[in-house]
Amino acid sequence: MEKHCTDSRVKGVSTGTTILAAVFDGGVVIGSDSRASVGEEYVSSKTINKVIQVHDRIFCCIAGSLADAQAITKAAKFHLSFHSVQMESPPRVMAAASVLRDLCYKNREELQAGFMTAGWDKKNGPQVYVVALGGMLINQLVTIAGSGSTYIYGYIDAKYKPNMTKEECLQFATNALALAMGRDNASGGVAHLVVVTEKGVEHVVVPGDKLPKFHDE
Amino acid sequence: MAVEYDGGVVIGADSRTTTGAYIANRVTDKLTRIHDKIYCCRSGSAADTQAIAEIVAYQLGFHSIELDEPPLVETAANLFRASCYRYREELTAGILVAGWDKRKGGQVYSVPIGGMLVRQPVSVGGSGSTYIYGFMDANYKPGMNKEQCMEITAAALSLAMERDGSSGGVVRLASISEEGVERRVILGNQLPKFSTH
Repeated sequence: MEKHCTDSRVKGVSTGTTILAAVFDGGVVIGSDSRASVGEEYVSSKTINKVIQVHDRIFCCIAGSLADAQAITKAAKFHLSFHSVQMESPPRVMAAASVLRDLCYKNREELQAGFMTAGWDKKNGPQVYVVALGGMLINQLVTIAGSGSTYIYGYIDAKYKPNMTKEECLQFATNALALAMGRDNASGGVAHLVVVTEKGVEHVVVPGDKLPKFHDE
Repeated sequence: MAVEYDGGVVIGADSRTTTGAYIANRVTDKLTRIHDKIYCCRSGSAADTQAIAEIVAYQLGFHSIELDEPPLVETAANLFRASCYRYREELTAGILVAGWDKRKGGQVYSVPIGGMLVRQPVSVGGSGSTYIYGFMDANYKPGMNKEQCMEITAAALSLAMERDGSSGGVVRLASISEEGVERRVILGNQLPKFSTH
């Protein structure tokens, strides 16, 4: 299998993760799996949380090396809280996304990671931003990243509808993560989901045995 | 891709052949007849798969004459596997063998790169297939009928064609059963559309 694994299954930059963010009517859901792997053979952690809080109602996920993720989110948290103090108001989701984009663009030679920022702010409500490789920033309603994401593009395209309710969106996100974890070696464990709305933040953890099962399981 | 149903199989493919970024053929027929009721779906190198399919069609035709009865789908699949495994270092060929025979009805066999052989009720292959594993896992249910299989195949292929640069064009479908082979083409503007976001 060695020589022949040169087809599109080998995605050079994504590493062992599935992350997802989606806008619903009134908020966002941001979610990830919980597996950290070394060389896609050894699972170094089964329960890592890849959804990181950078401010009260702004979260981000990084698909990439965990060392990069931790360093960058630490820097982003600092910048954001400083910005928030200066502005004397909670930062906008766009501000968080821009901070990450700047870090990503300035260090694009060294970094190989996909960032996702999602949250709620008073001006624009729920938003999801993606900072793609190299530093492009785009606003999308739903986005996925990480090695496991390739398997669920079709599912997301077919299933996501704008303005879903919170329950529908949570079910959609759980299903999508479960499908990706079912097909990708490097994603697994539990599904961490965070729901952000005007009212606040809610963490939902779906353990492996409670994940939806599909026809061949 | 190929899907079994009770009484036959449904097979489908996109129609794009690329050499690098250039689309050499945008109306390719990747559903190749091996025998009256046995077809294969070709992915990987077009040259490799065309050559193998011709060889297997010859071998199977000969075998069928010797037996004096229609060949088994499993036989066709094994012939593909034999060639794909023996020449695994030289070839880049991912093939789905699907058809109907009297003994086991509709069957789908997957012979991916490397030359393994496995029978599956549903199988997807090719560069666009990675994008629809999730969709197929969520939407396929055992016991679907022919029309449902056609719909899920067309939907899955459309989704893959939307995301994969190496897939596109039209959707070619065929259903194989005891009655025979029925072929359909779904043009680009008639493909199922999904919410754009």
